Amino acid sequence: MTVRRAFALAGMGIVGVTVLLALFAPWITPHDPFAQNLEARMVPPFWLDGSSPQHLFGTDQLGRDYLSRLIYGARISMIIGVLVTVCSGVIGTSLGVAGGFFGGRVDAVVMFIITCRLAIPLILVALTVVSFVGSSFAVVVLTLGLLLWERFAVVARITTMQVCRLDYIAAARATGCSRTHILLREVLPNIAQHLIVVATLEVALAILLEAALSFLGLGVPSPLPSWGLMISEAKDYMYFSPWLIMIPGTALFVLVLGINLLGDGLQDWLGATRDA
Amino acid sequence: MIQFVVRRAFLALLVLLTVLTISFALTRLSGDVAISMAGPAASQEDVETIRKAYGLDRPLPVQFVSWVADAASGNLGRSYLYHAPVAELIAARLPITLTLGLTGLVIALLTAIPLGITAAMNEGSLLDRAIMMVAVIGQAMPSFWLGLTLAIWVGLKLQLLPISGVETWDGYVLPGIVLAFSAIPALMRLTRSGMVDALASDYIRTARAKGLSRASIVLRHALRNAAMPVVAVAAVQLGFMLGGSIVIEAVFSLNGVGYLAWESIAKNDFPVVQSVVLFLATIYIVLTLLADLLNALLDPRLRIS
Repeated sequence: MTVRRAFALAGMGIVGVTVLLALFAPWITPHDPFAQNLEARMVPPFWLDGSSPQHLFGTDQLGRDYLSRLIYGARISMIIGVLVTVCSGVIGTSLGVAGGFFGGRVDAVVMFIITCRLAIPLILVALTVVSFVGSSFAVVVLTLGLLLWERFAVVARITTMQVCRLDYIAAARATGCSRTHILLREVLPNIAQHLIVVATLEVALAILLEAALSFLGLGVPSPLPSWGLMISEAKDYMYFSPWLIMIPGTALFVLVLGINLLGDGLQDWLGATRDA
Repeated sequence: MIQFVVRRAFLALLVLLTVLTISFALTRLSGDVAISMAGPAASQEDVETIRKAYGLDRPLPVQFVSWVADAASGNLGRSYLYHAPVAELIAARLPITLTLGLTGLVIALLTAIPLGITAAMNEGSLLDRAIMMVAVIGQAMPSFWLGLTLAIWVGLKLQLLPISGVETWDGYVLPGIVLAFSAIPALMRLTRSGMVDALASDYIRTARAKGLSRASIVLRHALRNAAMPVVAVAAVQLGFMLGGSIVIEAVFSLNGVGYLAWESIAKNDFPVVQSVVLFLATIYIVLTLLADLLNALLDPRLRIS
């Protein structure tokens, strides 16, 4: 179990550091992430020859400081991850709890909606919506939020069904508690630990999808320093200066890995407290 | 069983109809399609001509019904950009996407099943943890970035494999590996948990007591039972992979269905966009239906509910 705990702590560390970087970005970035300097384009990072002490991670094809853009990119990833998860969490949990609690026809409708959602090709539809509505930060968040709720719905539905079979729900019903009371005060708190684990996975997925959309040119608009957009813009130079895509790509990979490890850790931890 | 099949098929049809509606609605999100097609320099008359020519002057419900009726008879409309039937455009590019998807699936199965079995046979050991770490890493890997990274290091620096196009078979290897990465975590976890359950069961103890060899126990008895859900999920994963191949086709410049969709989205060629959405959804629906039926065939308990 110590290995799992070490991984969970590593995940917590990665997420914690990223959150701090995102929060304090304006105070810790050495340069303005939007300031171009065409005289200092594609300065290599510190581990390569020709690097500059002013630009630790070098500069991009427009001479913007890469470290500053990377830190602001953490901000974009975290905000998108959290907002999308809140949006999809509300939709998915409402659907799942309704299906699991009421059963019968309601449940059949909920299952049908989930099946339809799964049949829709996710990236293709997200690209279409962003393209036809016009790409902006808010459109990306809303599109992903409206598409990524199915895991919340599936987990909320199953766990609500399990909780509803337990004695304390029967007791609440017998003492004449209202449906609203049972749903909000009895069911929701008792499925919350499962939803928290799903939420971590969804944050990771939303961050990956935003990066993929931005990479395809239909995510957050330029010149915002999204990691996916940084990779997309550096693509033409990657064979000569691979670090241009290695740096934001590694950041993306490490952050998503950290969130997933944290999620696995939470699953163990919350599962254990439930048994106690 | 017949009742089960009929009910599942009916449900699949309903899902298909819903997706049909969604894919139609999706392409009307941009507001007036005729204006965006005509371009910024067009006069009011040009817009009117386009509107008439493509039947966009009709009320939306009429357009919808005619799109559904046409789609049901296999007529997906004409592309504005290519001036060719959409069905032909998709059919011409389908072999590339299908080959890519199947290559990805084969690579994923060849990786996930042996690793899952090894992990299950060494449950709780360091090896088990190391293998499961592969699943965690696979889940966190941005596929487009993995694609670019492999293109740089394996394609350009080592010169081992081509990095764009599929003129020769080896053009599918790198994109196939990248696509496989998205399916490996789920397949591996499923193989592992299925094998762990199977190895702990009574019939395996009986097989051990009979003195069968370890290889025979694992491969002929345990795997046969653990493999069924894996096959079903593999079908569903193939559906996801075909839908997700748009990113990989863009990275490796493969002229498949995904690339066609990406191009059409950027150019507002909405008959193509709505048809590709519908087409990929149909493939997914058929694959899940087959997986459901296969599961029910193998496990009679599922037919009751």
